[in-house]
Amino acid sequence: MKLQVDRDVLAEAVTWAVRGLSPRPPVPVLAGVLLDATPEGLTLSAFDYEVSAKVSIDAQVDEPGTVLVHGRLLADISRSLPSGKPVELAADGTKVQVVCGSSRFSLQQMPTTDYPTLPTSPEPTGTVSGEAFTKAVSQVAIAADRGDTLPILTGVRVEIDGDKLSLLATDRYRLALRELTWNPAAADAAHVALIPARTLSETAKALGAAGSVEVALGNAAGGEGLVGFEAGQRRTTTRLLDGDYPKVTSIFPSSVDTISVIKTSDLTEAVKRVALVAERNTPVRLRFSEGQVAIEAGQGDDAQASEAVEATLSGPELEIAFNPQFLLDGLGAIGTDYARLAFTQPSRPAVLSGQATADGESDESYRYVLMPVRFAS
Amino acid sequence: MRENGRVRTQSSIMHLDLDAFFAAVEQRDKPSLRGKPVCVGGVGHRGVVATASYEARVFGAHSAMPTAEARRRCPAGTAFLYPRGAAYRKSSRVVMDLLREVSPVVEQVSVDEAYVDLSAPGTHDLSTDGVRALVGDLLARIHDETGGLTASAGVASSKMLAKIGSDLEKPNGLVVVAPGRELEVLAPLSVRVIGGVGPATGNRLRTFGVETVADLQRMQVPDLVSILGESHGKGLHELAFARDDREVVVEREAKSISAEETFETDIADRHRLERELHGLTERVAGRLTKSATFARTVSIKVRHHDFSTLTRAETLTHPTGDPVVVLGVARRLLAAVDVSDGLRLLGVGVSGLTDHAQEQITFDDVVEQIEAGQPDEAPAEGVTEEVLAAPTESGDLDTGGPQWGARSEWSPGQDLRHDVHGDGWVWGRGLGRVTARFEGPTTAPGPVHTFRADDPALQPADPPQW
Repeated sequence: MKLQVDRDVLAEAVTWAVRGLSPRPPVPVLAGVLLDATPEGLTLSAFDYEVSAKVSIDAQVDEPGTVLVHGRLLADISRSLPSGKPVELAADGTKVQVVCGSSRFSLQQMPTTDYPTLPTSPEPTGTVSGEAFTKAVSQVAIAADRGDTLPILTGVRVEIDGDKLSLLATDRYRLALRELTWNPAAADAAHVALIPARTLSETAKALGAAGSVEVALGNAAGGEGLVGFEAGQRRTTTRLLDGDYPKVTSIFPSSVDTISVIKTSDLTEAVKRVALVAERNTPVRLRFSEGQVAIEAGQGDDAQASEAVEATLSGPELEIAFNPQFLLDGLGAIGTDYARLAFTQPSRPAVLSGQATADGESDESYRYVLMPVRFAS
Repeated sequence: MRENGRVRTQSSIMHLDLDAFFAAVEQRDKPSLRGKPVCVGGVGHRGVVATASYEARVFGAHSAMPTAEARRRCPAGTAFLYPRGAAYRKSSRVVMDLLREVSPVVEQVSVDEAYVDLSAPGTHDLSTDGVRALVGDLLARIHDETGGLTASAGVASSKMLAKIGSDLEKPNGLVVVAPGRELEVLAPLSVRVIGGVGPATGNRLRTFGVETVADLQRMQVPDLVSILGESHGKGLHELAFARDDREVVVEREAKSISAEETFETDIADRHRLERELHGLTERVAGRLTKSATFARTVSIKVRHHDFSTLTRAETLTHPTGDPVVVLGVARRLLAAVDVSDGLRLLGVGVSGLTDHAQEQITFDDVVEQIEAGQPDEAPAEGVTEEVLAAPTESGDLDTGGPQWGARSEWSPGQDLRHDVHGDGWVWGRGLGRVTARFEGPTTAPGPVHTFRADDPALQPADPPQW
């Protein structure tokens, strides 16, 4: 194998391909990135049995060939090479020579014979706007569980029903649901899949710059247990989580008693300030009354803080307490100038959604359900 | 116990205990249950009674009795209800605030019990008549401001006698032990009234002919020490003479709550251990509710046949008071312990206690997973025998506590609201249906209606205002 490639193109491609690789893989070859040079160009692949990534880039290939080298090392090297100069990659016995300007690296080849075959991506299920997809995933992934007590909760539940795509995640303390439209390959597409939240957010971020992302959910016909994403020259697959996601639709209250609309930035800033005195995992208390919401934290001998923010109120006054971080996560996710909070009772979940103007319609395409904090006395 | 305990010269310590508190709140909020036997606690197969109403006590039901046994003893029509922690705390808060109006020095022992130092304000008339009038007024105000709950009080020169006094004329009793008459009051009582004399010590003393406190007073210290050991023996001698100078302290926070069980024979069978774990968790969760706190850390303690003892703990991200959450963690911890050689002791504890808890979304099907590990799962049970007679859905919780989320989790006694019928409570459930009685503390006994468990017109509700 011998080829020349643009330094920036190489650095970006290697970095993307190896981003998910474990620093301590179960099998040493899985730390590698597979470089496959053909007359069409260079393809880089990485796979750790959970996630696979494949990207094709332009390269001037003098001698086709395939080598496997340590992925993170090649990524670090490519990023530190002088910019604007071409990089030459050449197989040399059991080594690979990397030359750029006067910099020269010699990397050990890893045995390609032991390298697993990358899974084939399932047939495409449909396409979604890259920007919308990235935003939707970031809005939902914040609510996924980071612990390991109930592994299915570390996933985002993706449901496809014709041209409706809905994403849902919960860690039991809050729940985020985002619904959007997309372009299904078949009008009657119907799928439910559970994608690990961390992988999904990384994938969405990495592919979001593209205009359109192709989503491929596997089924019995092919790629079962896998989801594939493709945008431009980048393709990635992820193993789905196994198990049944809990039924959660009944968490949305069927009626609402109190609604308050607040400027998102005002509430966010105030909660951040007041929460400074809320020690780890202690709540902030919000008292909604006509024209304002009073935010307080701390009690007794501890430091205390309070602040009032302008807010509209419809329905009875209400006092409720939340974990400040959970509230801030939701406020950061709605992405609108105004936040709408709907309540039934102080002990019942609150529903946060966004709206563009103070007296406009609420945008129910994203809903963030927040469980309150209960006080003993 | 301390030695050389002195005795105060005034009856300035009050102990107040709300009468059959959980059951009384249920009867206040549910007029159809007034005058009827009511047991509050774990309703399931392995649940224990937290509080029995006086009507249920007639049939022998009492706290800490397995619910299954209480069910056998009590007649048809007895209500078996899950605890409503929020409702009890709401009434408790009113009572504790009334106590603080009497004196700033209030030591809250649990949700329904407190000591008050009546001498702290320096303005109360502490003569026997003065105290009787002061506390009599207090008991009347508690009755008025809690919508009819009653309390019993004992006032004496020490915490020990105040507590004994509050129990002497329960319910709705007031006993003032005049200074100088402590020994006279104490002497005829069973030694079991003294703190620290449990069944074991009581039996041991009985073999030496000690049944009453008077008997104990006649025992020489060296003899007591030879029977019970140095500190326990000396301590009992002091207490037998009412020498207890413990102060009423405002801050009295438990650091942890635990329950453990030593088995008669070592247990290696995981199913049996899980059953024991379940019962222990219920006891711990019940005391957590009673002390109005929540916990962040759950631990288990196991002792192997060779007496090697180990504890395992897990800290939750957020405090909980939910027995299901505690049980889930305890079960996970136990699963990681090798029990093949048999355990002689199993314990469950919680620590990292706080006054607030992050509510959780509870999922039906996840609950089923938690329950699935249990052998011989009892069917979920309704409130009354009539409802119980119907086959019921499995997968319902039998561990009580307030539940959120999916609405199939209606638990007997839970507050609810219907769009048309208004406020009420869960009277029975099963077969995907829930039966509610629509009444409240200020209404007459109300009608009963049955709905689908997922009827959108039904919502869980906060405890009613009396």
